[in-house]
Amino acid sequence: MSASLAAHVGEHAARRLEGEAFLRLRGISVEFPGVKALKGVDLTVHRGSVHALMGENGAGKSTLLKVLSGVNTPSAGTIEVGGEQLQFRNAAAALDAGIAVIYQELNLVPELSVAENLMLGQLPRRAGFVNRTQLRARAMGVLRDLGEAIGPDMLVSRLSIGQRQMVEIGKALLRDARVIAFDEPTSSLSVRETVNLKRIVHRLRDDGRAIIYVTHRLAEVFELCDAVTVFRDGACIAQHANMAGVTNDRIVSEMVGRSIEDIYGYRTREPGAMLMQARALVGPGVVEPVSFEVRRGEILGFFGLVGAGRTELMRLVCGSVMPTGGEVMLEGKRLPPGSTREAIRRGVALCPEDRKAEGIFPIAGVGENINVSLRRRIARGGIFVNRAIETANTADIIHRLNVRTRDGNTPIATLSGGNQQKVILGRWLSEKIELLVLDEPTRGIDVGARAQIYGILYDLADAGKGVIVVSSDLAEVMSVCDRVIVMREGRMVGSVPRRDVTAERLLQMALPQ
Amino acid sequence: MSQATLNVPPPAGSTARPNRSAAMIRRAMSQSGIVLVFLILFAVLAASVPDFLTPGNITGLLLSVTLTGTLASTMMMVLALGEVDLSIASIVAFSGVAASVATDALGLPLGILAGVLAGGAVGLCNGVVVAKAGVNSLIATLAAMEIVRGLAYITSSGDAVMISSPGFFRLASAALFGLTAPIWIMVAMFVIFGVVLNRTVFGRDVLATGGNTEAARLAGLNVDRIKITVFTLQGLVAGFCGVLLSSRMGLGDPKTSIGLELAVISACVLGGVSLTGGIASISGVIVGVLIMGCVQDAMGLLNVPTFYQYLVRGGILLLAVLFDRWKNGRRTGVKH
Repeated sequence: MSASLAAHVGEHAARRLEGEAFLRLRGISVEFPGVKALKGVDLTVHRGSVHALMGENGAGKSTLLKVLSGVNTPSAGTIEVGGEQLQFRNAAAALDAGIAVIYQELNLVPELSVAENLMLGQLPRRAGFVNRTQLRARAMGVLRDLGEAIGPDMLVSRLSIGQRQMVEIGKALLRDARVIAFDEPTSSLSVRETVNLKRIVHRLRDDGRAIIYVTHRLAEVFELCDAVTVFRDGACIAQHANMAGVTNDRIVSEMVGRSIEDIYGYRTREPGAMLMQARALVGPGVVEPVSFEVRRGEILGFFGLVGAGRTELMRLVCGSVMPTGGEVMLEGKRLPPGSTREAIRRGVALCPEDRKAEGIFPIAGVGENINVSLRRRIARGGIFVNRAIETANTADIIHRLNVRTRDGNTPIATLSGGNQQKVILGRWLSEKIELLVLDEPTRGIDVGARAQIYGILYDLADAGKGVIVVSSDLAEVMSVCDRVIVMREGRMVGSVPRRDVTAERLLQMALPQ
Repeated sequence: MSQATLNVPPPAGSTARPNRSAAMIRRAMSQSGIVLVFLILFAVLAASVPDFLTPGNITGLLLSVTLTGTLASTMMMVLALGEVDLSIASIVAFSGVAASVATDALGLPLGILAGVLAGGAVGLCNGVVVAKAGVNSLIATLAAMEIVRGLAYITSSGDAVMISSPGFFRLASAALFGLTAPIWIMVAMFVIFGVVLNRTVFGRDVLATGGNTEAARLAGLNVDRIKITVFTLQGLVAGFCGVLLSSRMGLGDPKTSIGLELAVISACVLGGVSLTGGIASISGVIVGVLIMGCVQDAMGLLNVPTFYQYLVRGGILLLAVLFDRWKNGRRTGVKH
């Protein structure tokens, strides 16, 4: 690489340019029947650099990663790794070429040990038997490299999400992957795990590996990445070979095709009468009694690290887990504990954290997903499904919440995450809801849909309902909520009104002392 | 895409359109497709197998599938729930024996009631073990299958129980428009459970629970009660089938119907009911039952040796499961 070129760019970029352009994609197109998922995409990733891929869901980032891992075969274009033109027919070929993709949903065998997972498919053998000594030694080496306190004999099922991700990274290292692609790696990590992951990404970069980093979080791009490519509708919209002059607003406007002043769009409101009071609630995951209240027209945030007990507390509030102590009062009347059904009947509903596992009925249509709760209240004679009302309600929700779906019969699993979340919101908006609890409402949801979801929450608050937002996204709780309660290790640490909220303050309260 | 909107591009843009055609093909294959398969099969058999399309043979054919068909209507509900019930054949035997014994001792009405309730009790136990104790239904009903078969032998002291009450015989031989009671009962079950599945809140709740149990729970559905109800219904219907069967045979036989549960499950799966829950249709189940019946009947007419009949039945079951897998593969393949 020419030195003169490196001279007039910044020091940060200079280090990257020293690295050779290791991975080159030219004119990559991927077609599914009737749809071009990628339209002639070019991408160049250098050794020793972290290259961010941004774009809304469905923009083509995941398809590109699947091309890299040999899952999707491009209909046109070339892939060059280290100067050599390659074709990946399957996942093994991509691995052989030194490319590892670490997906959001990790591919580990939970019932095998860490060491076995690390070396799955290439277990060291001696006379046909697994060579345990060597297996452990090599696994220990990699784990030490990663700086993780994970024992090689631990079962993967016992590890946290962050630790599992480390095992995945370890797998890539053991195969000596020169290109490592991360698919939204921090989306389900705690703050501490995120810090650790960033450290490791930097280490991998400094080793001279080429890193591809898919994320929805703009802050991470500026903090972590040396270059960024923005996708929209299957095409590269913008490529920034370095971060000089790249701003938050610019990337967002490139992603959504228009500029967004503030995706949060907070509106000032006045909290009204008392709606819900939790009194000394204790239960699984909540170790000390927690008391708090929600007023009508208030959006209350719950911030904390993963495992701080927020999800568990919300389960007590919404009746899906029986509390061991305390009570929930709704408008001065006691809510029967441990009954989701009763909570919903009285107007308390939950949009759960894990949409796929706890929120949606994947093979059922959008309409079924919307009407699953309303149904029993409008049934004819209390028994027969009232199709007329259900159909009307489905159409109304799809229209009101701007759900992107062909019709009410489309299986919900084929919708994007943002649209799935809107359907679940629609399920509760169909009911007479007083207090809506949302656990990580925008995780894995793109910017455009997020703005819409916040808009729905503001409308609810304006209509005098109470809203609780549990989130690990600092910017989200700070920007959307009127008040933030911080939890740590199963305890409530404090409550901060909006005017006093700062990132430092919330983090300081949330981090273990 | 308009530059002025804040809207998300079409959901998972890369896969939106192939979904549609795939979904249509899937829908066509899983519903009308299997009906079409049946109609073609029926036409071919009618044209090529001598004596197939005679009133006598068709009535006989219908009578031969009554047991499978009646049980399939509730098995559809169990499978839609994402569960399975292997104990139904044992319940049929046990209820038949119980009804025979009880009729001798207590008279006809109480005897019939005893048979039906015996089945219901087993179903209730299955439901409680599955819903409350969280035991996998495959294991729970496998255990029940053994236990209940044992109860059938114990109740009958090992031998078939002869029925002395003439009223008991008439139960299954009563006829209307040339068709006997078991056929009418099967038709009634199809209608009832078709309506229950599609038109009632309970039926939709069953499908929702089978589609995603946790989501159903959090959406306020009483999942445990739904499961217990479905298993109890299955038990009651199996019990009733047992009474009808012993009425037809004139005795309560503890050895009867071995392997029947698998015929019922394969008829359901052939009819497009998903083994993983959440998908079921009564039209599919009816056709599944009829396909199995037609093939069996035609093999009888063609004097296919019994040994080869096993191959054909196994082949049909395998095809049914492959069909189910293929559909599910398409379905999940859609998302990723």
